[in-house]
Amino acid sequence: MSDRGLMAFLGRHGTLAALIVLIALNILITKNFLTLQTLNVNLTQVCTIVIVAVGMTLVIATGGIDLSVGSLMAIAGALAPMIFLGTLFGIETVWFAVTVAVIVALCATTLFGAFNGWLIARFNIQPIVATLVLFIAGRGIAQVMTNGNLQVFKVPEFQIIGLGRVFGIPVQAILMVIIVIAAAWVLRRTVFGRQLLAIGGNDRAAVLAGVPVARVKIAVYAISGFLAGIAGLIVIAINSASDANLVGLGIELDAIAAVAVGGTLLSGGRATVWGTLVGALTIQIVRYTLLANGVPDAAAMVVKAAIIIVAVWLQQRGKRA
Amino acid sequence: MTRQFSLGNFLASNGVVLALAGVILFGWLRYDNFLGLFNVMSVLRYNSMFALISLGMCFVIMTGGIDLSVGATAALASVVAAQASPYGAGAGLAAGVLAGSAVGVANGLIITRLKIMPFITTLATMLAASGLALLLAGNQTIPVSYKTAFTWLGQGNLWGLPVPALIAAVAYLAGAVVLNLTSSGRTVLAVGDNEDATRLMGLPADRVLFGVYLACGGLAGLAGVVLAAQFGAGQPIEGKGWELFAIAAVVVGGTLLTGGSGSVMATLAGVLLLGVLFTILNFENGKGWISLSAYWQSVIRGVFLLAVVVLQARLADPARHPTNADGT
Repeated sequence: MSDRGLMAFLGRHGTLAALIVLIALNILITKNFLTLQTLNVNLTQVCTIVIVAVGMTLVIATGGIDLSVGSLMAIAGALAPMIFLGTLFGIETVWFAVTVAVIVALCATTLFGAFNGWLIARFNIQPIVATLVLFIAGRGIAQVMTNGNLQVFKVPEFQIIGLGRVFGIPVQAILMVIIVIAAAWVLRRTVFGRQLLAIGGNDRAAVLAGVPVARVKIAVYAISGFLAGIAGLIVIAINSASDANLVGLGIELDAIAAVAVGGTLLSGGRATVWGTLVGALTIQIVRYTLLANGVPDAAAMVVKAAIIIVAVWLQQRGKRA
Repeated sequence: MTRQFSLGNFLASNGVVLALAGVILFGWLRYDNFLGLFNVMSVLRYNSMFALISLGMCFVIMTGGIDLSVGATAALASVVAAQASPYGAGAGLAAGVLAGSAVGVANGLIITRLKIMPFITTLATMLAASGLALLLAGNQTIPVSYKTAFTWLGQGNLWGLPVPALIAAVAYLAGAVVLNLTSSGRTVLAVGDNEDATRLMGLPADRVLFGVYLACGGLAGLAGVVLAAQFGAGQPIEGKGWELFAIAAVVVGGTLLTGGSGSVMATLAGVLLLGVLFTILNFENGKGWISLSAYWQSVIRGVFLLAVVVLQARLADPARHPTNADGT
């Protein structure tokens, strides 16, 4: 019996427990772990994944999936510099140009996201196929816009979101925390959040219960697109350059892994934004621990694979126990 | 119950073949040498890798599953095959297929024993295969041996046809036979249609699922062997995004991702269609009217996939869309 109780506990809080154990382990074995620099390095690396994964959590809550996020990041990353560098049209003041660039880039990715949702809601196309369209075409659009060229820039007004610090904490980390709190609140406390879970639990029943399923689906993919846009802007701000071939490449799978490890059901109906944050942090700390102790990145990938399987397996055992 | 002929159903089930014929006709009328021997051979040679992974993906999707690990598996197999190539073509081939099958075994065991969703399982094994490929190759490409006949597997000809295309053709024939003429093949469809019912009927659902992921891994391994042989090197970072290309080809071929139905030969048509579109783009650039960069190919493929899935959704299920007038 106690064995079963342990499995249940691990299933529910295993990822958080693992995160705490990992941090404790690092304090013991990794040199200079408890420094602001270590914190900042990890936060910088993880925050774009978390931001994308928050959108993915909401999408997965409805029983869907969004493969297009990486390509949408590339579109935002390609579009913004074209505007604030004046490639498309000249704007006099820097601040105004940056504002327009950010707004246009985010509007574009939000609309693309809404397009995903429209395909899914209007035509009953499976989410994995519908978002596969923009996964393939989206990066192409970004590459065509920039002709595949690297856009290099040095615009401090824009790069605040990637390089700025407030009280020594990176701005993008603060942005990440705000997004996590907002999404957790939306999911738990708002009608929209409950509708997401209702759709994920049982699509048909949600329709019969009067949930505006089509509208909610379009909205949730639009949110995912919006968050992907933010992540794309952060990535190019950190790099001082935008490469449409690379921005956001493969992030959809990192995000899905974080969501799964965090304890959200991939079939929909149950979701936790905080779990996703913990999942992403756990994967990040494991990688950091291995790298900081001289294990090659390739081996870290194998370990990451094992973590995903074990975490999901424990969650399933926990549910059954 | 006799089924009335309906244009919608006819298009939905034969659309990909018609589209392929249409695109080829377009190319033949518009460009010189489009159906020339050289062009046809190079299209077949280059697309045989994608054909192989799409075949495995088709079987997996028919069971209602998905395999995201095929691209990384092909990369791993290409490295292993390149390392084994000095011992001969047979050794390289066997090593690559075995490496791919090993990933398939891992997928099959995790999915049937631990009951973890295929999407998550193969996402994890994709990472693992990718990591293993990089570890084995030491983060470099591994040149194949030119002293043995290994490169013949990718670059050679037999009876005037590219060897990799022949390999793919044999694989597709075998696939079609297994699917349509064996009880295992029918069980694949049964599992995809209703897994619980299949179990209750006493059909060996787990064994068939395991076999399907094993075959998918083995075919990805074969694709990796062709990759190494064709380009003369084992490439640990190649294969990114192949899994999604394969899914696109299967979907374009008319196989639904919900499982339970599907066609092996339509998947082949889907692969060829996506491949020929790319060739058309090259020929169009060659004419000089327009100059579309290679980046357009993914945009065009995406738009094409979009058109296919929207058409499928409207044609295959007219009851859901009353606006579709010609539905039965």
